[in-house]
Amino acid sequence: MGAPVVTQDAPALPPPRLKGRGTPLRERFFRLGLWASLAVGVVFLAGLLLYVVVEAWPRLDSRIWSNFPDIIDPTNAGAQSAIMGTLWVIAFTAVYCLPTGILAAIYLEEYADPDRWWNKVIEINIQNLAAVPSIVYGILGLGVISRGLGFGQTVLTASLTLSLLVLPIVIIASREAIRAVPQSIRQASLALGATQWQTIWRQVLPAAVPGMATGSILALSRAIGEAAPLLLLGGLTFITFNPTGIQSEFTVLPIQIFNWISQSRAEFVALASAAIVILLVILLAMNSLAIWLRNRYARRW
Amino acid sequence: MSVPQQRQRTASGTPGFLKRSQPRYGEQAVKVLLVAASLVSVLTTVGIVVALIPPTRDFFAEIGIGEFLTGTEWAALFNPPEFGVLPLVGATLLITLIALVVAVPLGLGAAVYLSEYASPRTRTVFKPVLEVLAGIPTVVYGFFALKAITPFLRDHWWFDEPPQIFNALSAGFVMGIMIIPTIASLSEDAMAAVPRALRDGAFALGSSRMQVSTRVVFPAALSGIVAAVVLGISRAIGETMIVAIAAGLRPNLSWNPLEGMQTMTAFIAAAGIGDVPVGSIGYKTIFAVGSLLFVLTLVMNLISIRLVRKYREVYE
Repeated sequence: MGAPVVTQDAPALPPPRLKGRGTPLRERFFRLGLWASLAVGVVFLAGLLLYVVVEAWPRLDSRIWSNFPDIIDPTNAGAQSAIMGTLWVIAFTAVYCLPTGILAAIYLEEYADPDRWWNKVIEINIQNLAAVPSIVYGILGLGVISRGLGFGQTVLTASLTLSLLVLPIVIIASREAIRAVPQSIRQASLALGATQWQTIWRQVLPAAVPGMATGSILALSRAIGEAAPLLLLGGLTFITFNPTGIQSEFTVLPIQIFNWISQSRAEFVALASAAIVILLVILLAMNSLAIWLRNRYARRW
Repeated sequence: MSVPQQRQRTASGTPGFLKRSQPRYGEQAVKVLLVAASLVSVLTTVGIVVALIPPTRDFFAEIGIGEFLTGTEWAALFNPPEFGVLPLVGATLLITLIALVVAVPLGLGAAVYLSEYASPRTRTVFKPVLEVLAGIPTVVYGFFALKAITPFLRDHWWFDEPPQIFNALSAGFVMGIMIIPTIASLSEDAMAAVPRALRDGAFALGSSRMQVSTRVVFPAALSGIVAAVVLGISRAIGETMIVAIAAGLRPNLSWNPLEGMQTMTAFIAAAGIGDVPVGSIGYKTIFAVGSLLFVLTLVMNLISIRLVRKYREVYE
């Protein structure tokens, strides 16, 4: 990539024209347009955050997490049942989807022969499931989990539905983490006499854990924000108690926010904004954790 | 561990030396467990189909499929009911179209900038912004569309008729912003997969950066870019909360984006909130509309998956 050598001591020749005509105008406009399309996203995001915080400001105090929803008296209403509901549902979603997703990822990366038709089917199936609309998972939750299996409108139904919803994301992220472990590590382990599972358990998984953790946290933060599939389960509207167990009825933050948005009185706008701020703070905390994990523990090979 | 044993066997010249000394039941059990975990995803698809088909079949036993697909009146939960799905499909298409008008230029512009122009430093600033945009819950987008974008449009409208409180325009615009990250990150991946040699060749022939971006990288990454756009369409068709909140719940067969209208997803959500009795025709409509939605997005997803495969095959 050597730069052309410009010979200084040749005054007889006319000076070589190394400068161009300057950047043409349309090049500049093009670049400006590209830059502007990113800027729109940034401005939108800033506007959204600013709007929500400004609207929420008068309501952003302990009422929002210490009081329960109250449709008659919005000034004293809070979202405690929704915050607790979100924590319950996400905890069980993690219990169901993380082991399943990680085990499936191990199978697909370490055992599956990609040329076999059944593995191709599993692969395409996962890619499609990642893009199936979330409300269709709601139909699955309503028709099969809630009514078919008879689990009803409970924490269990919600966390199973959300587990299936984010399972493809967990699988895809875990597969990437496993794939990032170099083949030589596996070959070395196998050559020393370890079995395949010993290789995976003692070499591949420890190296892939940071990547998997990051992907899992991002998947769970997607589950926290989902409202559509849970809307379909019905009956989650006016829950004024915290969940007491897996069979308990519940509400979650996005559903509670949706209910408050649907109210016409002005107090509910502030209330909805305050709940949105709580939701965004939870998401921000999880995302920061994911980024921190990625930067702290990610290994470069 | 088992090395001395193996040596012994070599010495005695056992013909089975290369076979393992004992069957490893643990290894087999682990494999069964792993296969079972991967089958959960297949079972999910089976579960979706099983959940959709019987009520959909019952629905079409009562309502003709022709009436459903060509009728222009939708009043499924009213008396007398009407089951023409066109208003819902029309609303879905119009809002998707508005979203694409916003998201395709902005998403592709962002992708070209990040892939061809941005310094590593700029990328570390802008990439997280896209990730945060992708991570904001859709109920928040809906709230912003209804309470901030719509009032702003109504206050600053310079034509004669301002938008209604619920309208397709704000919902579509905000949805467009929502799918920018989908389109941008997937097309950026496709552009990153274009070999450097193609760019270097074009630069060596005297192309400018714009020419390289638009005439070399863009066409070379086209299948990936189309895949990204198709996936964006699938996202837009399936998005529920934004349209349920900001576009309204009134079925309305109209191409006027200033009016409120109900999409397929918004209908399903509204019927779900309404807690319709199991087995009623209203309950079955949820599944009939859900089937239509599932089939539409399935077609989009399969096209997108195919196209992504194509560019991977070419360059990797």
